[in-house]
Amino acid sequence: MSDSPLVLEHEARPELRHHFADEQQQRNAASLGMWWFLGTEIMFFGGMFCGYLVYRRIYFPEFAAASRTLDLVVGTLNTAVLICSSLTVAMAVRAAQMGKRKLQVQLLLATIFFGLVFLGVKGYEWTNKYKEHHIPTFDYNAVSGEGDLTKGQESLLGLDKVKNDPVKYQERRTEIQQRTKIFFSLYFALTGMHAIHMIVGVGLFAVITFMAWKGRFTPEYHTPLEIAGLYWHFVDIVWIYLFPLLYLIDRRPGA
Amino acid sequence: MVDLLYIFLVLLSTVATVGIAITILIFGMKYRRRHGREAQQIEGSLLLEITWSVIPLGIFFVIFVWGAVIYFQMRTPPRDAAEIYVVGKQWMWKIQHVEGQREINELHVPVDRDVKLIMTSQDVIHSFFVPEFRVKQDVVPGRYTTLWFKATQTGTYHLFCTQYCGTQHSGMIGDVVVMNPIDYQNWMSGGTVTGSLAQNGQTLFQQLGCSTCHRFDVQGRGPNLIGAFGKPVQLQDGRTVMADENYVRESILVPTAKVVSGFQPIMPSFQGQVSEEQLTALVAYVKSLSQQPAGAAGGPTNNPSPVVPAP
Amino acid sequence: MATTAVSVEPKNYLNAEYGIRSWLFTTDHKRIALLYLVSITAMFFFGGFFALLIRLELLTPAGDLLLADTYNKMFSMHGQVMVFFFLIPSIPAVLGNFLIPMMIGAKDLAFPRINLLSWYIYIAAAILYLVCIVTGGVDTGWTFYTPYSSLFSNTHVVEAGLAIFIAGFSSILTGLNFVVTVHRMRAPGMTWSRLPLFVWSHYATSIIMLLGTPVIAITLVLVVLERTLNLGIFDPSRGGDPVLFQHLFWFYSHPAVYIMILPSMAVVSEIVPCFSRKRVFGYNFVAMASVAIAVIGFLVWAHHMFVAGISLYSALVFSFLTFLVAVPSAIKVFNWTATMYKGSVSFSTPMLYAMGFIGLFTIGGMTGVFLAALGVDVHVHDTYFVIAHFHYVMVGGAVLGYLGGIHFWWPKITGKLYPEAWGRLAAVIVFIGFNLTFFPQFILGYLGMPRRYWDYSHMPEWQALNVLSTAGASILAVGYLLPMVYLFWSLRYGKPSGDNPWMATGLEWRTASPPPTFNFDETPVVTWEAYDYEKMPLPEQEVTLER
Repeated sequence: MSDSPLVLEHEARPELRHHFADEQQQRNAASLGMWWFLGTEIMFFGGMFCGYLVYRRIYFPEFAAASRTLDLVVGTLNTAVLICSSLTVAMAVRAAQMGKRKLQVQLLLATIFFGLVFLGVKGYEWTNKYKEHHIPTFDYNAVSGEGDLTKGQESLLGLDKVKNDPVKYQERRTEIQQRTKIFFSLYFALTGMHAIHMIVGVGLFAVITFMAWKGRFTPEYHTPLEIAGLYWHFVDIVWIYLFPLLYLIDRRPGA
Repeated sequence: MVDLLYIFLVLLSTVATVGIAITILIFGMKYRRRHGREAQQIEGSLLLEITWSVIPLGIFFVIFVWGAVIYFQMRTPPRDAAEIYVVGKQWMWKIQHVEGQREINELHVPVDRDVKLIMTSQDVIHSFFVPEFRVKQDVVPGRYTTLWFKATQTGTYHLFCTQYCGTQHSGMIGDVVVMNPIDYQNWMSGGTVTGSLAQNGQTLFQQLGCSTCHRFDVQGRGPNLIGAFGKPVQLQDGRTVMADENYVRESILVPTAKVVSGFQPIMPSFQGQVSEEQLTALVAYVKSLSQQPAGAAGGPTNNPSPVVPAP
Repeated sequence: MATTAVSVEPKNYLNAEYGIRSWLFTTDHKRIALLYLVSITAMFFFGGFFALLIRLELLTPAGDLLLADTYNKMFSMHGQVMVFFFLIPSIPAVLGNFLIPMMIGAKDLAFPRINLLSWYIYIAAAILYLVCIVTGGVDTGWTFYTPYSSLFSNTHVVEAGLAIFIAGFSSILTGLNFVVTVHRMRAPGMTWSRLPLFVWSHYATSIIMLLGTPVIAITLVLVVLERTLNLGIFDPSRGGDPVLFQHLFWFYSHPAVYIMILPSMAVVSEIVPCFSRKRVFGYNFVAMASVAIAVIGFLVWAHHMFVAGISLYSALVFSFLTFLVAVPSAIKVFNWTATMYKGSVSFSTPMLYAMGFIGLFTIGGMTGVFLAALGVDVHVHDTYFVIAHFHYVMVGGAVLGYLGGIHFWWPKITGKLYPEAWGRLAAVIVFIGFNLTFFPQFILGYLGMPRRYWDYSHMPEWQALNVLSTAGASILAVGYLLPMVYLFWSLRYGKPSGDNPWMATGLEWRTASPPPTFNFDETPVVTWEAYDYEKMPLPEQEVTLER
């Protein structure tokens, strides 16, 4: 059987795996597989998005107030960083198509760099949240102390109407505490899940960068790079949805 | 009612199953492998496909409508049904009559009377099931669900919990005792009555300070509750909701959720300060402020008149 | 043609390499299928053991065999093991993995290494679940309803939930592999309309696996988080909603039941034409019905919640949609029956299973109609009627299909024939045992016996039916054990089957039994329609096949 033309082709091109007839089939299969996988990811995140939307509708003031404690500048910066990383990925694929090995590696390293910056900034944001006692189960407190988000938002939260009555005031604050906790639970669940996907993505790209450095990608074959790029773009898109939903609930100037 | 549809379905299923089974057996026999006879290749038949898609669809539609009509009746308690409150907890049923009688795992009701159960759970989800009445409803913590029936024969009937709720799920059973009116009257007047449910509610209404805002004489800081129950309420945000048991309960626990239009959101929450039974009593009291005489199970003669608010 | 030394045994996937490493690190879809076969059979017997204890306890009205808590764990783990570790993987992971590449003329699935990974994930999940069992088990029912599971249960909910979460990934990866394979790896000439219906059904199943499984994943994650971090998402006293869990849970778990039945229907679609020597009646309709079931199946989840407190109007909508989803299944039943018309029928073991499937699935499906009818559902929901209904479709349907498929393709997989007389005997015993076990349960449910009851001492009149049911279960157990014995026996002592003992159409039969590692010596080029029985001679006749 060793003379079969099919086998010869496989020997000449080790990246063409045995069960595929030709490279195009392999590439198409890989691509379709990644798209379907991303479909499952949409279903996965979708469940959490649904939960978020339900609670946001019924607890709107508290969600708006909690959202305002997220640092808008930092969040926007992070968004820009992630979009840049998607750009560098797309450019890396282009570089591979043009056969430019060194450029590929540079762009991939840039992507990883941006990814790590994103994660680092996220870590910084979360640390701030920890200090403000806004992480549920870790000494959560949103109504007094450093993390008091009622300051400056009394009319949004309806506190100004009850401030003369100490009993009712306390009741409302308890309610705010509970409902903002739901916001933050969902915030950390969503951004946490997203961060996990980013970490996986960074790891994936580390491998891809190594492969690129070794010259594994040619204009004819750079499928792993392409589908890793798809994954990265997806993680980016999830963030593009998360950012406005979480950070931009109600940013009108003035309380 | 339910049984009629059930029997129809049994017959339909029997016809379908036996029909298919016999067809398969006949085909198997008649067309079994024999030398010299070849299978006849038949591609299909659009007419047949359409027929046996449309006919089942039609039959299903009939069943759907039939089942839906029955269900609609089941989910629509009659207006003047007598009300009884039920609290399910691990692992017993606590029943509170409006007149004040309490029962555990037993529910006494008069025969030939519409009875509506207003139920909630103290812990996990349970389900109130009286098979002989063909009624069932899940009992959920955090809200009220309702179930109604009209017993037409005296006797004792089984009550089961039928939503798995933990260790003693199979022990959470009891009886529904249906009595003729005289026996029921006797049963009602015997036994300790610690005041009717609404009267308990009235006491709580004052103890907890509700009457300071919800005044009946002048316009207080809260809406006047006389005649409020059972009517639509316009809310601050423009929505309109019905003032039913769930609304009253929610307003006590989370008053800022649905604030009445024209009032400030200043009512404090009583979350954690009132037990389920106290909530039930308060709801009953608010209801009694709107009630017509035929509200209680005992009948007109035994009816406490709408509780007059104390000044 | 290269010349090779004449060897006594031709090279096939079984003897291509030896040693445990060649199995544990294989990427051959056929070997992976066998790895799955062993694992899910083991899990099946675990699940069966729990069922045995349930039925033994229910022999007497009092709870005298087990503690209440233990009994509650038994039915919970029986359900979880059977659903997540047996039924959902069964046919796809064993028969689907083995056959789909061959049926479409490919050398392997699109992603062989992911295939192996999916098995390892399954094993990891199974081990975690077994740890859960031995450290105390879980008692939430297979449905994990909150707030019982999130706040009140004192058992190993987190481990069980995580194990099922992990098992879900195995399912997703299998589905992914199948979809891409069917789209991209078909041999030249194998158009969609020439695909065996087995492939169509598995394609539909894979769509459900891909789109539905992530939802149960996130649902279980939320329950685990709620238990470990005290979040309150499903706790009404903290603003949460326990019924939200039910919506999320059933959004997956209803389509999941179609994951469990469509592959069995796939098997029946192959067996009936073969043993009637005819093409399937209404190929297009059967193919489209599979897809319709998958799609509509996503729209009916709240029919599990008619008495859970949903609004009257949602109940109406879901009831209506549920009636719709019954129609494609009915179409399939009619089409299979019509396939036998004017055929040349033989009552082999696989055919007995297929015929049993059609009958029992009809009963199971019709009793589903009972449950779709709102007024009736109120009475029989959460009673033994429901238990009987789903066992009719899951066991009378899915398991019979599985067993029929194992027997039908046994020669292809092993190159051996099992003893036909024993095969038929076992099929009949399974059929009788099954009906005796579960038919009385319909009556019990109508009479009002609730589900998940450890003790029914207040209703001793239910005992007679329960005893019948347990008696049936013991017969059913015999029926399950018999194939274990004779199939094993056939591995060593069975008659060699030859490449195509049933003279079936289908590309998988046009290669050796057992097949070579790469399935085909040359890539087939398909120029004929599926189920080309016209040109197929009968078994045990002189044969010159056109290859």
